[in-house]
Amino acid sequence: MRIEYNFAFFDEGSKREIRRATLKAVAIPGYQVPFASREMPIARGWGTGGLQLTLSLVGKKDILKVIDQGSDESVNAVNIKKLITKTTGIKVTDEASEATIIQSRHRIPEIPLQSGQILVLQVPLPEPLRYYEPSELETKKLHAEQEYSGAWLMLFEQIMNYGTMSTGADHPAMVHDRYVMAPSPIPRFDNPKLNHSKALILLGAGREKKVYAVPPYTRVESLAFEDFSFEVESFKNKYCGICGAKGVFLDEMLDDLTGETFYQCNDTSYCLQRLNQESAGRGIYNDRV
Amino acid sequence: MGYVAVKGGIQAIEESIKRLKYERLKKGTVLKFQEIEGGMRCLIDQVMSESSLYSETLAAMAIKQAEGSPEEAVFLLRAYRSTLPRKHYSRTVQSEEMSVERRISSSFKEVPGGQILGAANDYTHRLIDFDLNEETDDEAIAWVREYALESGVDNDQTDLSDLPKTLDYLREEGLIPTCEINNNEPDDVTKESLHFPTSRSQRLQILTRGQTGAVTSLGYAALRSYGALHPTVGELRIGKLPIYVNSPFHDQKEDEDAYYIGEIKVTEVETLFPAEVQKGKGEKEIEFEIGYGICYGQNETKAIAMSILDRCLETGNPEYPPHNEEFVLLHIDSVESTGFISHLKLPHYVTFQSKLDSVRKSKK
Repeated sequence: MRIEYNFAFFDEGSKREIRRATLKAVAIPGYQVPFASREMPIARGWGTGGLQLTLSLVGKKDILKVIDQGSDESVNAVNIKKLITKTTGIKVTDEASEATIIQSRHRIPEIPLQSGQILVLQVPLPEPLRYYEPSELETKKLHAEQEYSGAWLMLFEQIMNYGTMSTGADHPAMVHDRYVMAPSPIPRFDNPKLNHSKALILLGAGREKKVYAVPPYTRVESLAFEDFSFEVESFKNKYCGICGAKGVFLDEMLDDLTGETFYQCNDTSYCLQRLNQESAGRGIYNDRV
Repeated sequence: MGYVAVKGGIQAIEESIKRLKYERLKKGTVLKFQEIEGGMRCLIDQVMSESSLYSETLAAMAIKQAEGSPEEAVFLLRAYRSTLPRKHYSRTVQSEEMSVERRISSSFKEVPGGQILGAANDYTHRLIDFDLNEETDDEAIAWVREYALESGVDNDQTDLSDLPKTLDYLREEGLIPTCEINNNEPDDVTKESLHFPTSRSQRLQILTRGQTGAVTSLGYAALRSYGALHPTVGELRIGKLPIYVNSPFHDQKEDEDAYYIGEIKVTEVETLFPAEVQKGKGEKEIEFEIGYGICYGQNETKAIAMSILDRCLETGNPEYPPHNEEFVLLHIDSVESTGFISHLKLPHYVTFQSKLDSVRKSKK
């Protein structure tokens, strides 16, 4: 028996159902909308939430970029891209500015997103309050009542214990002064990019069956205190060893031969673009060290 | 400075996929679907049950592709299931109409309709049968022919598709509280995600598609010490149930307009739990409460464990994890648990870098 799959894998009814949940998410920024998450040909926890959003939205004219940990070519990005192109035949790109849909795991591209673009973030744990409240029924109530003292207390205790907010990635953010949201495990470095983003940002959690959104130009503030401000990861005096970029999120690498630590751009397509532009002699970027 | 590639993942992935194919084929033999369907009945039943997709042929294909890994086979079938438009719901199935192949009750020595052992591993010694090494197709065919002749002389007149339920006997005596027939449309967990507190229809759906090992383990935990009593199997039956869908062309849902679309083999279990009930003015009585388990195919351990968990979730004693619906229902799905565990193999260097930064800051 041989079976042809529908355009974008799903049957049209499923796609419409996911889009309905997405519309609700856009209408209530930061609110987690439950949806009937489908099982995908890619494993739960590997981006099925993002994948379902992308597949439900994609049209024949879309241009897709997929990144994982900042890289267009990492295992999972390649796999997801392959599945989407196989079932849609659409064009893919590495350049963030060229893409209409960018699906990403754990990063927001360095190049600022534009209006009309959609950023789809893959979310493993959509519930920002799960850390201190294991029950779904309870966290739903806490959100309904805007009862976020647990989240503040969590940060306060971290400051008391460690002298810093030890959230790592996925630092909770307040959306439109109403819902506390897990921004997906993007580094704190990327949190400010959510605020007043020109692009629509959709977040999909397949296993947890939730969709939520940051519509364009929405206020998104990382949780912090008046006397203890939010801090991004520090790459002070560090720069990319390949293209020389500063002020970007860097990967820390260990040189096999010398045993020295060096850094390079985490956003690989950004790095490559800088190198290309430099070799083309356009000199747009002149901060090379 | 050492060389660090910016690009280069695609080719490595292609090679890994090729290597996987090599592992499947390297011994130079190819499994036929028919062989899997013929000889791996229990694996097929397990995979169909966890997949919520009843097709022996598709299950056999998935098992072949997955090289026999149940978690992979279930994964394939669930993903395939997502591509199928769902056009009909079946009519309500009455399990009394089961064409019974096996039926036992451990509550009574004899039950109306009789104990029917059918096919089961329960009565075998688990000794490896080295003779299977020499088994041939011809011998198998001859044996089956002889067996058919032998069972043909059976004069038993019992109608196996109309056996009374063991529990009816207790119900008539008033030992099981009567319950009204609930004709509410069940919730469909594949069309709407779980919300808590759940309905019983949602619970039963999640339990029946749960990973066999996970359902068994949690059922065992409840049985051993975390919150259930020792139940008695009122009745365990295995057999085929006919499935009908309403005619899309008639508004009246008359029986004769319904279409027969096939039959499914299921294991159905009703277990009995003695429970104390208050009868006003401080008086107490003991009645039996029921746990219900059902799943595709012959999956007896899973069905019994499901019936235990069904009872636990109905009781909902906050002291015990197997009574906590979020604890049980959100963690027993094969695709979800294996997926999230396996995602740990994905690169996490961005989140790790972020954590590293926090750790370093805390050391300053």
